[in-house]
Amino acid sequence: MKKLTALLLFCVMVFSGSSVLAQDSQGYKIGDKASDFKLQSVDGSWVSLSALRNAKGAIVIFSCNTCPYVVAYEDRMIELHNKYAAMGYPVIAINSNDDKLSPGDSFDKMKERSKDKDFPFAYVYDKTQEVIKAYGGTRTPHVYILNKEGNDFVVKYIGAIDNNYQDASAVTERYVENALADLMNGRKVATSTTKAIGCTIKWTKKAE
Amino acid sequence: MRSLILSILAFTLVWFKGDNHLYDEQEPVFAIIDFPEFERMADAKTGKIRVFNFWATWCAPCVKEMPYFQQVKAEDEDLELIFISMDDGRRPERVTDFMKRRNITSPVYLLNDVDYNQWIDKVDPEWSGAIPATLFVKPNGVRSFYEGEMTYEELKTMISQLKK
Repeated sequence: MKKLTALLLFCVMVFSGSSVLAQDSQGYKIGDKASDFKLQSVDGSWVSLSALRNAKGAIVIFSCNTCPYVVAYEDRMIELHNKYAAMGYPVIAINSNDDKLSPGDSFDKMKERSKDKDFPFAYVYDKTQEVIKAYGGTRTPHVYILNKEGNDFVVKYIGAIDNNYQDASAVTERYVENALADLMNGRKVATSTTKAIGCTIKWTKKAE
Repeated sequence: MRSLILSILAFTLVWFKGDNHLYDEQEPVFAIIDFPEFERMADAKTGKIRVFNFWATWCAPCVKEMPYFQQVKAEDEDLELIFISMDDGRRPERVTDFMKRRNITSPVYLLNDVDYNQWIDKVDPEWSGAIPATLFVKPNGVRSFYEGEMTYEELKTMISQLKK
């Protein structure tokens, strides 16, 4: 009986805990330490923050295959990686969509997309959605710039890539590039959070 | 300026279509708007609960919930339903084609302003920017906001709470 009560209590705790996560989805705020992850990339390798070589940080982008906003930004994501990886800030694209709800976002489809677009950055699969829940990502694309301070990766920017998904040449605010410039010059990031319309994350349905 | 021309074009299209089918049912409203126009709509006093549903033709959960919104609106005279499209303003035909195909009878406005960070917080500070999302405005102007997909029952519950 004691065991049963404990089990029930445990279930209630787990259930209420997960619903809190799903409802407020607060995740990280500016200045929080990002927890490390270990996720498999499309080339079969495992990617984690602690294993990044010569990194001063990372540009973590919650992404996917199927969102038109992501598609509009793919070339700019490639440019960001090509420009900033050498300066210590590689792009890590993370797909967290449930592939049952969104078959176009399966790991195999990620491999195809990465090959078609010749992604120079890691494109990893967060199948359990634990990473995006920890970060508090809600949409794609959703950028988190991390800065390495000692052994910690500290969140310095959360938001959009820039202010015009339709036309890269019409952009007037390069949020991510401005934040990186501030970081690399040892300044406080002037615009540390922005918002954009994005595709909702295809959250795994809780088992009934 | 471009959005103004597009709006006039879209309006003219709707106008002529309406003219040709005088005895048909009225064509649903479609127009391209900017954010100040949206704000005027959200602030207008009509004596009804106004439901602004943010969606896009390519957004699967949005498309799934639209019939529930239309159904709830059909069952309730105290409601006004306005669909706010986040589709590409350069391709309004994607929206108008969708409206015909899916039998969208409520007015649809394509909010053509991609400088999202300038206006998302003005709709509601709690909105992360993910769609679907819905803004409810009571007749007295009090706003409620819901981010995420809604079922028919959830929508019904929300409306009855707003009426209390």
